[in-house]
Amino acid sequence: MTRPILWLIAALAPVTLYAKPAPAPSVQRGQAVFGKWCAPCHGAGRGDDGAPMLPGTAALAARYKGAVPAALQSRRDLPAEALQVFVRGGIGAMPMFRRAEVSDADIAAIAAYLRFTSAGARR
Amino acid sequence: MAVLPPGVSAADFAAALSQMATALGADWVFSSDDDLGPYRDSFSPVWDTARERRAGAAVAPADVAQVQSVVRIAARYGIPLFPISTGKNFGYGGPSPNVNGSIVVDLKRMDRVIEVNDQRHFALVEPGVSYFDLYRAVQERGAKVWIDCPDPGWGSPVGNALERGVGYTMGHFRDHFGAHCGIEAVLPNGEVVRTGMGALPGSQSWQEYKYGFGPDPAGLFAQGNFGIVTKMGFRLMPAPEHYRSGLITVPRRRDFVALVDHVNYLSDSFMVGEAVYGSPLASLMGRPDFLALATKPGGASDTDLDAAASAAGLPSWQVELQFYGPEAATAAQWAYARDRICSAIPGAKAVAGEHFSLPPTPDQLANTTQPYHSLIRRNGAMGVPSLGIWKIVRDNGHVGFFPVLPRSGEACFDMQRVMCDALREFPLPPFFSAVTAPLYWHTFAFQMVFAPSVKRDDPAHNAMVDRAMRKAVEVAAKHGWGDYRAAPIYQDAVADTYSFGDHALRRMLESMKDAIDPQGIIAPGRGGIWPRRYRESRDGRTSA
Repeated sequence: MTRPILWLIAALAPVTLYAKPAPAPSVQRGQAVFGKWCAPCHGAGRGDDGAPMLPGTAALAARYKGAVPAALQSRRDLPAEALQVFVRGGIGAMPMFRRAEVSDADIAAIAAYLRFTSAGARR
Repeated sequence: MAVLPPGVSAADFAAALSQMATALGADWVFSSDDDLGPYRDSFSPVWDTARERRAGAAVAPADVAQVQSVVRIAARYGIPLFPISTGKNFGYGGPSPNVNGSIVVDLKRMDRVIEVNDQRHFALVEPGVSYFDLYRAVQERGAKVWIDCPDPGWGSPVGNALERGVGYTMGHFRDHFGAHCGIEAVLPNGEVVRTGMGALPGSQSWQEYKYGFGPDPAGLFAQGNFGIVTKMGFRLMPAPEHYRSGLITVPRRRDFVALVDHVNYLSDSFMVGEAVYGSPLASLMGRPDFLALATKPGGASDTDLDAAASAAGLPSWQVELQFYGPEAATAAQWAYARDRICSAIPGAKAVAGEHFSLPPTPDQLANTTQPYHSLIRRNGAMGVPSLGIWKIVRDNGHVGFFPVLPRSGEACFDMQRVMCDALREFPLPPFFSAVTAPLYWHTFAFQMVFAPSVKRDDPAHNAMVDRAMRKAVEVAAKHGWGDYRAAPIYQDAVADTYSFGDHALRRMLESMKDAIDPQGIIAPGRGGIWPRRYRESRDGRTSA
């Protein structure tokens, strides 16, 4: 009997020992909202036509010069209150976003998503 | 309440908003300062001045019936409405209205992709759909069609087409209003109309024959104020099998004249997509001696410019050509274009560019593997929406003047010289110089670009930019060049330049406006068309 039990333990090990819990619904919502509204400018990927970074990420890299991560998904200092200021008021070349586009609940979800994605990021 | 429309009492405005809240739900009526901040033009050169145009409220209907309700309530109280689709008309006013105190009708919630058809190659969408949304819908449905998107991709196919925006693929798709096929709009009296075959009940060809029968009023809705567009069809390009690019350079300044003629032939024969012109000499503009030559008053001589090119070992002009279709066809078209131009222009050189099967790989989409420095916007050329272009936005944005000029080398030289001299007094980068290349976005016309940045904390700079914009419009018009699109604060100045027959066109349109919208509630002033009630408001005169 031991052999099947060991096999079963081995088979389940990746799930039981290493699987992370599913992200909270707010994080999942935040991921969708971030993907639609933020990532095309503030994502971590490369920009168009040889640009090393997307425009928003490049702008933050220039603004903070490495003091904080340029990609928002690595930022630990963006609670919903801070995001409200930037989303509703804009900054620099970034325009404002309307409630008909991104609701206050969406902004809270983005904040939850950024807390999730930045959990292992360097400060 | 921060701003009221001219001639509307606070009580009437509040009553209208209350009725709209009943019709739409209170969550979709916005009137606080916080809510209305994002309806300002974030690129405005007149930010926080008396000339800035500010909304009095905004409402976000969810469907056509709610748009009709909003229009009927506004008509009851004589309140001006200003419809926006996704509100991303940056450089041309953003979501801000022509008339202070207007209620912005924010159509973002109407975001259904109603149909994507890859057998007959069209889409039917609502105004809140963005290019990102439409691209995603095409991908999710596995449809074998391409969209043609502008930069950036967060705009609306409906809104962009109604502003006569442009894209990057084949000519007849790059002209986004030209590629529309069928409009549904709510008229000022609340009725819903459909143009073309949409007017024939039971028709299955609304997106295939845009004219129907009799006069086609579709053009009245583009840069116009005759209704609120709630649906719009677009022709789509069948997904091509293969993409090919190539570069052709010509040595002398005057060679540009022949080069443009040849590319016109290729383009009008539907052999090439967007032809991207440039001057390799632009790389010399950081040198004071060359900058002085390229911006010399009255224009530098061909001889001097050719000598500078020769000394730098650079050709004077280049064009990048793009081909879509079966691989063998793209190869044949490139060979034909190369041979045609190189045999006609002494010293012309051709360099084969990348070619690959479609869809592109991520690296091909990123445009990092061309054998030469390319000016092509690869995302646009592939019909893939992006925000990558935002990297060019400086300070707090910019205003845009894109004069239309003929597709000829001589016309380009004239515009370079005239506009360079006209704008010399303004401390701005040299948008016009001997190396300024035309933009070939619209199907059959060239444009050049004047887009100075604005600085929200520098009113003196913005005032200078504003003066430069107005002078640019005025001087260009004296030479037969007109702007194609403008922010509300410049629409009267631009419309004034389209004055043939002592403004006969404007009189005709304003007569129609008075008949169709007697209370002047739909976007008064848009496109320079003012209803009788507001006509004295033209160009900043404020009485209603």
